Amino acid sequence: MENLDQIVIRAQAEFAAISDAAQLEQAKARYLGKTGVITELFKGLGKLPPEEKRTAGAPINQAKQTVEAALEARREALKAAQLELQLAAAALDVTLPGRGNSIGGLHPVTRTLERIEGLFRSIGFEVADGPEIETDWHNFTALNTPEKHPARSMHDTFYIENAPDVLLRTHTSPVQIRYMQAHVARHRDAEVMAPIRIIAPGRVYRVDSDATHSPMFHQVEGLWVGEGVSFADLKGVVADFLRSFFETDELSVRFRPSFFPFTEPSAEIDVAFMSGAMKGRWLEIAGCGMVHPNVLRHGGVDPERYTGFAFGFGPDRLTMLRYGVNDLRLFFDGDLRFLSQFR
Amino acid sequence: MRFNENWLRALVDTTLDTARLGDLLTMAGLEVEECNPVAPAFSGVVIAQVLSVEKHPDADKLKLCRVDAGDPAPLQIVCGAPNVAAGMKVPCARVGARLPGGLKIKAARVRGVESFGMLCSARELGLSEDHSGLLALPDDAPVGSDIRDHLELDDHVLLLKLTPNRADCLSVAGIAREVAALTGAALHLPTAAEPAATHGRQRDIVLDAPEACPRFCGQVISGVKADAPVPRWMRQRIERAGLRCINAVVDITNYVMLELGQPLHAYDDTKLSGAMHARYARGGETLELLNGQLLALDGDALVIADEARVLGLAGIMGGEGSGVVDATTDVFLEAAFFAPEAIAGKARSFGFASDASHRFERGVDFGNTRSAMARATALILEICGGSAGPLVEAVAAAHLPQRAPVRLRCSRAAQVLGMEIEPAEIVRIFTALGFDFECSGADFLVTPPSRRFDIEIEEDLIEEIVRVRGYDTVPTPPPRGPLRMLPLTEMRRTPWQVRHILASLDYQEVVNFSFVDAGWERDFCASEAPIVLANPIASQMGVMRSSLIGGLVANLASNLKRQVERVRVFELGRCFLRDAGAVADQRAVQGYAQPLRVAALAAGLAAPEQWGAEKRQVDFYDIKADLEALFAPRAVRFEAALHPALHPGRSAAVIRDGKRVGVLGELHPRWTQKYALETSPVLFELDVDAALAAGLPDYREPSRFPAVVRDIALVVAADLQVQVLLDGMRGAAPEIVCGLEVFDVYQGKGIEPDRKSLAIRVVMQDTERTLAEDEVEAARSRLIRFAEEKFSARLRA
Repeated sequence: MENLDQIVIRAQAEFAAISDAAQLEQAKARYLGKTGVITELFKGLGKLPPEEKRTAGAPINQAKQTVEAALEARREALKAAQLELQLAAAALDVTLPGRGNSIGGLHPVTRTLERIEGLFRSIGFEVADGPEIETDWHNFTALNTPEKHPARSMHDTFYIENAPDVLLRTHTSPVQIRYMQAHVARHRDAEVMAPIRIIAPGRVYRVDSDATHSPMFHQVEGLWVGEGVSFADLKGVVADFLRSFFETDELSVRFRPSFFPFTEPSAEIDVAFMSGAMKGRWLEIAGCGMVHPNVLRHGGVDPERYTGFAFGFGPDRLTMLRYGVNDLRLFFDGDLRFLSQFR
Repeated sequence: MRFNENWLRALVDTTLDTARLGDLLTMAGLEVEECNPVAPAFSGVVIAQVLSVEKHPDADKLKLCRVDAGDPAPLQIVCGAPNVAAGMKVPCARVGARLPGGLKIKAARVRGVESFGMLCSARELGLSEDHSGLLALPDDAPVGSDIRDHLELDDHVLLLKLTPNRADCLSVAGIAREVAALTGAALHLPTAAEPAATHGRQRDIVLDAPEACPRFCGQVISGVKADAPVPRWMRQRIERAGLRCINAVVDITNYVMLELGQPLHAYDDTKLSGAMHARYARGGETLELLNGQLLALDGDALVIADEARVLGLAGIMGGEGSGVVDATTDVFLEAAFFAPEAIAGKARSFGFASDASHRFERGVDFGNTRSAMARATALILEICGGSAGPLVEAVAAAHLPQRAPVRLRCSRAAQVLGMEIEPAEIVRIFTALGFDFECSGADFLVTPPSRRFDIEIEEDLIEEIVRVRGYDTVPTPPPRGPLRMLPLTEMRRTPWQVRHILASLDYQEVVNFSFVDAGWERDFCASEAPIVLANPIASQMGVMRSSLIGGLVANLASNLKRQVERVRVFELGRCFLRDAGAVADQRAVQGYAQPLRVAALAAGLAAPEQWGAEKRQVDFYDIKADLEALFAPRAVRFEAALHPALHPGRSAAVIRDGKRVGVLGELHPRWTQKYALETSPVLFELDVDAALAAGLPDYREPSRFPAVVRDIALVVAADLQVQVLLDGMRGAAPEIVCGLEVFDVYQGKGIEPDRKSLAIRVVMQDTERTLAEDEVEAARSRLIRFAEEKFSARLRA
């Protein structure tokens, strides 16, 4: 006759060989069912006296538990295998493309303007705004460029028909005047006028059109007026901006004398990259200078007490340099094959 | 200002090489825009004389030349040039020479004949494009000498991009003066004593308009040979400055203008009658200019005239028929000062510019008129012969520009520049610039020289100081100032947020021109009176847009042409409308409304083509959802409304807080066809302001009690607007109804053709208690009854 150990080993082997849940239950019946081998052994105990029952019963109980554990383990294994099979059948081709809508994007120049605004906001410059159809007075006269001034021929101006004093602004500088006047009015009663720190991004217009000139383009005007604002501060702000905008210290910035009617001293700002396609070339990037006393006066600011600087960047050019775009006209052509690359 | 480097070096002793000299000028505000060598690099080319020319024994087109290149024995050279002739002087590349491009000349056999060098054309030396024959050199060219030396080819042409304030540098002398001031180098400016009069002929000069012409010098030089040969050095300088040589007298006036900055004009004295006048034109006078242009003059035009006729536009251009020609023997030379205000803009208004007007409108040195005249007269006498009459000068001193002294305080310079500059340094700089000044301690009083028109205020002097010192000497401190937080309003979105929402809704931003075709305004805005540009760059960019729609439609058309068929674009920018009510203020110009708008357009598939999803064209309701998402969580309403750009049955006004803030709809099929769009795009246009107002989130506590949902299907007239029905039902609903939405619309089998079935989901909830079944049922019945009574609705079984 088999001993207990043999029964257990047989049961274990039998369970392990079964790969079907129903067969497993049949096998269980052979050991643990009403007439199962182990059940029979328990039945045999009934004939023994009580104290022997205990000593004889303990190993049978032990064997029963082992067989039950083996059964349970096999059940779990079969369930897991079943699940495995189901999951395998439900597998996806994970390399198929995702579904849904795509997303659009901002215009590359707008993207640049947003960065410029963010950078200047971080040092306390507010964003100001002004009209694009502008008066001759704001665009020229108030900016110290009287009629007939040769500097006017530097700006080929679009005029509005039948309105000789109305034009499309040639630069964002008129915002200086508009903002100063409003600012001065707001601080009329203050002992010391709060400093003016603004940038004014926007569209400007000149009668000019070729590969490097567009009749409409963008500018960002900057203005900082207050007590003790100097040319050195101008240099500091501009250098900080350029390094932050291009995210590199590998950048040389130089200021060279220039002329604008609305600043004195005036400067042209050039940058040169120390690496990349433009390496070592000086690239003209902005005009700037100390706000001309006449301009401060037109803005209602006392030039003897307050000084300030202004600058005008070309965001289109900054965008071209930043992303290596070589034709300005691409910005205004609405070609989605171009624009969609700046997402 | 274009000039050659060697000329400048003749006037100032600088030791800087070409590159450094260019940097010096650029960094002093005289930007060097171009700097090109006169000739490319080559070597070993000498002047040679062709001694004899014989036919090549074996080639028809080649000739056998004996050439004296300065060596003890003549060279034998084979040459194919058609113009080679015995006696002529030509450039000869000897054996060992290197030509432009690196070609090295070796002794060679050409068709069996030995050749020891090469005779050169202008093109072979990179001097011009001329390759028709050998470059013929003048008879006096010294045989054997290096052609680079003889033609001064080791030279550069510089082009300065001068700012309008630096009229004093519109001459080589002015630039030399600047180099001397910046480097301390010695200056050798040309001077000429006024030639003594050797005859008495002269013309009286009358200053009829002294405010416009306060100084006029004239001199008659008789017996000249106007077509005398111009010395090579002068011709070279004139040509390298980009001017054409005409005749000796005219060339000399041009030369003096380039050298000293004083424009001059030479008349044929025999064509003049009586005194010379500088006056304003009289009505009806006409003038034919040297360039052939015929002008009708008005009283605004300053002219030079004699007693008989108008001779030229003062300070701008001479007239036809009175100028010096080759045959001229008697010259009347004019050197005048015209006030910049009298000249500015005039040439431009006639549609041209001249070297003279360019200078006069910026300011010519009024202290130099006489000496420039003396210089020109001396050169004419030297080159063209003749004899000078007395130099007549008319001057209205009161009308000459004044040079008021300008004060400079060191403290102000420090304030403006952000650094201290020692008075001694300022003395040095003002001295170098040739300024007349007095100094007391840290205070200066400067009288600007007559050549400088740009020194009027203290800041002008500060600029001069820092310019000469170098802008790079100013420190670059990090930005500093009082800290203050900027507003970051939550009540209002920024245009950036609007842009990003639209981008996330799959629209690509574009930037279109603000000026558009007048046709777009007519088609899309029914605008017959748009804002017109007086001087558009092209007729299809002639008017200001009053809507962004035209630009987006054009974007669609151009992208379709480029085979991009799914187009979703938006633009945020200004539109321009006449508005009599627009009042001037900080942001506005009287009479013009310039609202910021945002518009979006979609055409093609609703979603990008993809697997497992049905293809469907984008429609009205897709874009409506985008527009609602743009405003979310704030609700906007829509009302059927007509718009010239849009399909009359598929367009809506967008209403926010009772105000019309934009339009939404499908493009009118008429325009779809006219603009060849294939499919009709759907679009919207909004006032940005309306899209910006956000308000704070409006929070309500969520109910702890369960919501009850009842769906009802109502059959209503097909043309009943859902909004009208829902508005009515919401008004009639008991308070427990917190949601009422259409979730299906059905027309077709089982429904009469003139009716539609609307499935409406009613959500009911109370914040205080669980709703009882009977009140839910009562609310539902009430809504149905209302719809039945008000809208003849029928509950669908």
